[in-house]
Amino acid sequence: MYRSHVLVCGGTGCTSSGSLKVKDAFEKAIKAEGLDKEVAVVETGCHGLCEMGPVVIIYPDATFYARVAAEDVDEIVKEHLLKGRIVKRLVYDEAQTETGIKSLSDTNFYNKQVRVALRNCGVINPENIDEYIGTGGYQALGKVLTEMTPDEVIQTVLDSGLRGRGGAGFPTGLKWKLCRPNQSDKKYVCCNGDEGDPGAFMDRSVLEGDPHSVLEAMAIAGYAIGSDQGYIYVRAEYPIAVDRLRVAIKQAREYGLLGKDIFGTGFNFDIDLRLGAGAFVCGEETALMTSIEGKRGEPRPRPPFPAVKGLFGKPSILNNVETYANIPEIINKGAEWFASMGTEKSKGTKVFALGGKIKNTGLVEIPMGTPLRTIIEDIGGGIPNGKKFKAVQTGGPSGGCIPAQYIDIPVDYENLASIGCIVGSGGMIVMDEDNCMVDIAKFFLEFTVDESCGKCTACRIGTRRMLELLTKITKGQATMDDLTKLEELCLYIKNNSLCALGQTAPNPVLSTLKFFRDEYISHIVDKKCPAGVCKALLSYTIDEDKCIGCGMCAKGCPANAIVVNADKKVKDGKKLPYLVINQADCVKCGACQSTCKFKAIDKK
Amino acid sequence: MKSLAELQAIREKMQNQINMRSEDEKVRIVVGMATCGIAAGARPVLNALSDEIQKRNLTDKVSVTQTGCIGLCQYEPIIEVYEKDKEKVTYIKMDAEKAVEVIERHIVGGHVVDKYSMGASGLK
Repeated sequence: MYRSHVLVCGGTGCTSSGSLKVKDAFEKAIKAEGLDKEVAVVETGCHGLCEMGPVVIIYPDATFYARVAAEDVDEIVKEHLLKGRIVKRLVYDEAQTETGIKSLSDTNFYNKQVRVALRNCGVINPENIDEYIGTGGYQALGKVLTEMTPDEVIQTVLDSGLRGRGGAGFPTGLKWKLCRPNQSDKKYVCCNGDEGDPGAFMDRSVLEGDPHSVLEAMAIAGYAIGSDQGYIYVRAEYPIAVDRLRVAIKQAREYGLLGKDIFGTGFNFDIDLRLGAGAFVCGEETALMTSIEGKRGEPRPRPPFPAVKGLFGKPSILNNVETYANIPEIINKGAEWFASMGTEKSKGTKVFALGGKIKNTGLVEIPMGTPLRTIIEDIGGGIPNGKKFKAVQTGGPSGGCIPAQYIDIPVDYENLASIGCIVGSGGMIVMDEDNCMVDIAKFFLEFTVDESCGKCTACRIGTRRMLELLTKITKGQATMDDLTKLEELCLYIKNNSLCALGQTAPNPVLSTLKFFRDEYISHIVDKKCPAGVCKALLSYTIDEDKCIGCGMCAKGCPANAIVVNADKKVKDGKKLPYLVINQADCVKCGACQSTCKFKAIDKK
Repeated sequence: MKSLAELQAIREKMQNQINMRSEDEKVRIVVGMATCGIAAGARPVLNALSDEIQKRNLTDKVSVTQTGCIGLCQYEPIIEVYEKDKEKVTYIKMDAEKAVEVIERHIVGGHVVDKYSMGASGLK
């Protein structure tokens, strides 16, 4: 038996900052000190605070070490594990107080979070089914198979108010209910792990940190709709998630929790993995199913809906990873418990991936209806470098921007929809005063242009034309007529595209136009980019009063655009000549501005 | 696995391991593990406490952690028991057997084991 557990985060964020080396170092150092029978090293999924990775938590005292390097490990083992002295210099800043170290759950980042879908992420070893069972795993499946009828299961999910966490927010129980009565020799349960929004990693973290919760939920769904086969569609770009799913499926089969005659009830269910090549459109349900069938991932018109005619032409359901992760808890704790969280129409909790201009980049799970301010200021720790908060982009390329004046909006499906935004899959990209909203819209449109599958004209050609218009605006070549054209095109694409990719592609433009129209107009009329992002509209100049002529800027200029000002005489008492930026050569990289110690270079 | 009972058995076996990772308020047993404590034999005490807590399925209620030098080196190994709204109890000159007795009588039984406590040695 172990007296202490060292949890090392093995999520993608921490792995890329070197957590596996840290884990190896722990194993080595613990062995060297002869503590290997007393202290267990456990690799877990994501803790959420990716900004502070690699993250190490030592239990039972729950000490949270942040940004641990392999070189620090010896000290932690010798001091903390051997002598019980916490290595203060490595403890997460927020957890340190004058009187000592406070519990992790009391820190700003964690104290407003409610972890349901992420309940086991960062707590258990995802590659050990016993640990999942130890937290109550597979109890829900047992309960469903032995005590409940399929209709009761569906009713419980309906009563819980759980809605699709992939973005659209369709009631999950209703989806199952629509599929159940359809007679067929075969039905399929599919899981959408094709998370593709830039900056979103919620599903990835669930699959990496708690794969069994998804397997268990899919088996429950299989029982509810009368299916014996599940498919998880996960992108091949998520190698850790794929590995852990493989391990989890193998372990579940060995334990008889997947396969034939589960718990001796006669219920059969198995799950297979299908890897996607990373096309964004394959996150759309019909395209995803087409891709599982081995065909080119293109959407098809609905109806027929997948509940009637889905995968391989059979009745099927498709739910998102995070949606599934909620199911076992709903079965165990009851629909009422789940429905007690959130707002009237949006129940439960939602995971968001916080990114962009925010202090605590990472993964957070909050009850629906939490004000945006809480997420940005309390949990996220605010905007770094004293900059001003400008907007949050939610829902990725299908979503829109919430501007600063709506910072108190409760985050749920209805409220965001009311201002032309969506909850989406949960990506939240925070922007400050240095972000140009036209540029942001252009960024997302570039993404959609790349990812349009090309099947329907509205999306294939329409988005390309939109991008051309936006590029014109950012270069200062557009007229007000172009803006009208852009708006017309947005509506046309929205109304005429075949699938959600095209239907929602204009959203980033529509929502920035709605709240930041003045920025578009300054680009077009004044030929200025107020945030100073669009290079074509920028110029760097040297303030002669501040410039001492040291020439550091000229030395660092990659285009050799900074030269001695030949037209200008040196002032009395000044030894060095004036410099000037040759606008024709300037590539507007900004290197001079960051080199100048005298703040003599202006960006306009 | 063919029955819920088998699932339950695995769950019970693992629960103690997992509960160690919860942050709910618990009774804290702290073992002095500075050089003096280690030299006097604090490690077997720590391990005995930890094992006993797990054997008795108490990990959700009791945590066993270490601390540095308390300052009474000649009385090591020292353990301290912190319970909410109660006075701290300090036990001195512990060994593995005494530690198990403390769990049995103090943590489970609710009675301070006076004979090992600091008060009994005449220290105030």
